[in-house]
Amino acid sequence: MSEPLRGVIVSHAALAQALLAAVAAITGVKDAFVPVSNDGCDTGALTERLTQAIDGRPAVLFVDLPGGSCLTSSVRLARGRIDLAVVTGVNLAMLLDFVFHRELAPADAARRAAEAGGRAIRTPAA
Amino acid sequence: MTIALYRIDDRLIHGQVVVGWGKPLNARFIILVDDTVSASPWEQDLYRMGVPPDMEVVFASTAEAARRLDEWERDPRVGILVSGDIDGLAVLSGGNHGMRRVNVGGLHHRPGRSERLRYVYLSDAEAAKLRALAAQGVEVTAQDVPTAAPVPLMDFT
Repeated sequence: MSEPLRGVIVSHAALAQALLAAVAAITGVKDAFVPVSNDGCDTGALTERLTQAIDGRPAVLFVDLPGGSCLTSSVRLARGRIDLAVVTGVNLAMLLDFVFHRELAPADAARRAAEAGGRAIRTPAA
Repeated sequence: MTIALYRIDDRLIHGQVVVGWGKPLNARFIILVDDTVSASPWEQDLYRMGVPPDMEVVFASTAEAARRLDEWERDPRVGILVSGDIDGLAVLSGGNHGMRRVNVGGLHHRPGRSERLRYVYLSDAEAAKLRALAAQGVEVTAQDVPTAAPVPLMDFT
């Protein structure tokens, strides 16, 4: 069996670290994600942090916003590569789905994670 | 003046620009001055992704920006002009343009630069360029977001 996919959470400030802690608290899985913050980074420095986080493995990059430095650096890195995929609008629901589907190809894992994340956004009657 | 913010920020278009400044200023267009991005439709698509559909994005080379600045300043809408480096704005400082204030919003660590503020790293040459800009009558301050206090040039160069 090949190595499971790596998830890289790419965010402003400490959001990535907090999401990683939440995933670990719910699932007990602590090694599925690597957090990356854009704090203090220009584009080059953020790309370097991402490269280190990916560490040459197939990965899905979970980015906080659908625009901005986290996205631009992630998409530049993933451009033309089948071993990397990018999802924007990261939320806890999509990360929980990803934890249990890391045997998929990056594009497939990203697609189903995005669907799970979207399904979690609701306006329940209170 | 319809360009409400002239900003130096090496992240170019990102959350602080679009949301942090764009919302309170009610900006309707952003001019991104960058020679590399202006020559790459793929890069332009990437930066456009972070901007709401009702906000126009203009991509311009440094030379084009110098040529079209008067036109943008006459635009009745409120605009933001962003350059990734000091030179990109310095070329706009001549003539009778409306660029009276420059906002240093983010220049991050690179070899040869030292930390001046949490979000501003400058080489000595870059600090001199900012002082030269100020000597032309441009007010240069550092301020990452509108809710922060602007830091006078003399306090970070």
